[in-house]
Amino acid sequence: MPEITFVDFAGNETKVDVPSGTSLMQAAMENMVEGIEAECGGSGSCATCHCYLTTDWQGKIADPDSNESDMLEMVTEQKDLSRLSCQVLVSDEHNGLQVHLPESQY
Amino acid sequence: MKRCVIIGGGHAGAQACASLRKEGWTGQIILITDEDSLPYHRPPLSKTYLQNQVSAAQLLIRPEAAYDKDDIDVKLNTRVDKIEPAIQSIQLQNGEHISYDKLLICTGSRARKADCMGAELGNIFYIKTLSDIEKLSSTLTSSRTQTSQRIVMVGGGYIGLETAAVLKKMGHDVTIIERESRLLARVTAQSISTFYHKLHKRNGIKIFTDTNVVAFQGKDTVSTVLCEDKVIPADIVIVGIGAQTNTELAKNAGLLVENSGIVVNELCQTTDVNIYAAGDCTIGIEHHSGLATRIESVPNALEQAKTAAATICGKHKPVTAVPWFWSDQFDCKIQIAGLNTGYDETLLRQTDQQTLSLWYLKQGRVIAADCINCAKDFMAAKKIIAQRIHVPSDVLTNLDIDLIKELAKLTQPS
Repeated sequence: MPEITFVDFAGNETKVDVPSGTSLMQAAMENMVEGIEAECGGSGSCATCHCYLTTDWQGKIADPDSNESDMLEMVTEQKDLSRLSCQVLVSDEHNGLQVHLPESQY
Repeated sequence: MKRCVIIGGGHAGAQACASLRKEGWTGQIILITDEDSLPYHRPPLSKTYLQNQVSAAQLLIRPEAAYDKDDIDVKLNTRVDKIEPAIQSIQLQNGEHISYDKLLICTGSRARKADCMGAELGNIFYIKTLSDIEKLSSTLTSSRTQTSQRIVMVGGGYIGLETAAVLKKMGHDVTIIERESRLLARVTAQSISTFYHKLHKRNGIKIFTDTNVVAFQGKDTVSTVLCEDKVIPADIVIVGIGAQTNTELAKNAGLLVENSGIVVNELCQTTDVNIYAAGDCTIGIEHHSGLATRIESVPNALEQAKTAAATICGKHKPVTAVPWFWSDQFDCKIQIAGLNTGYDETLLRQTDQQTLSLWYLKQGRVIAADCINCAKDFMAAKKIIAQRIHVPSDVLTNLDIDLIKELAKLTQPS
């Protein structure tokens, strides 16, 4: 099972094993990782599960679709590597992925 | 040790548990729900859950371990009979009394029941709780002889349309009956109703507007839906004719209840100093419109629960977020910002057949927007409404102007 590390804005790390096919949002919720609200429960409607991926994973994870890209344009603290964690599905190749969480969702 | 009791295990109740701890409540927390499950996400019930794409465990808003971690005493399958504000106590259906220092009412709403003849027949379903969907689902799968069922959806509101879309995708024969002259009549302007009418028609759903159900007919289970001017054969009927708030406990306790809502202020305080309320069961002055409104939505339940928890902990965090809603039907996502009550003008911003936003204005100011497949406009609308930004009409309708960039310009300090 791929191991994913969530890093909160203060730098605290939480490592969790995530079954393939699970979204990063779902993994965070199930493992009580704070800093992801996910108001809409993963339907890509609310932009409250904003996270950042790291540069070394660029190109190895499917790009955001147009709905996600549009929502990301106006999240607070947006960066190039911003994603909505409910739209990123974990697969076996993602072992070691680091996911950083913004301060605004605390 | 102080004790906070929360009645109701919906989105508001679940959020309140987490927020009370976050705001520093160190006393006991008891969450009482009459359902058989920890609080779960309701919107996916009629969508991914009905289609077996997610499990009941995946629907949970927070896992069981989160309630343990926060030391929340959750009482499932438990109903409250009455609230006794004078002695700060509640009485459960089993006779047990629980005293409270602070009480938070998050009793939400229930599906409005059909009251026509035959409403008690079998195979008539509602869309509200996990158990409602489980009943519908088991009927759909147990009818092995016929894989495609004739389903009549009574009610062309968002819940009805979402459910109809999913059942159609599952291969069923779906007919929608709407009493008003158009779908979504109560909540949107004509052009959005027309968009959804066409979307559902295009996907093979039959729609009858201006049609009242007179009776459901059948022996044990429903077999036809009798309308004023037609008879529609049905294996299954789903009733989606709105919700009724659960305000009886509050009313019987002497709290002020108006227009079917428990009256709360911007801090979610009721008319009793130790009792607070949050979510669908409340009515309050909405911050941006200034109107007394009942807002039936997940985001509002969460906002109010956070505010109530803060107030209970002696903090001041009034609800100021712009109300918003969403709905997923076929390949279309609508996101709605603001409340369109009292609009006097609409402006359409349309990129193509599938991508558009309808802006509702009142005296020249944007008060709401229905955004279909254009999250960008939705995000812009939330900001425009929140900050009361004046955006000229020709800017709103000009597709060459990127609204988000324009907003950055308009809000720059001059």
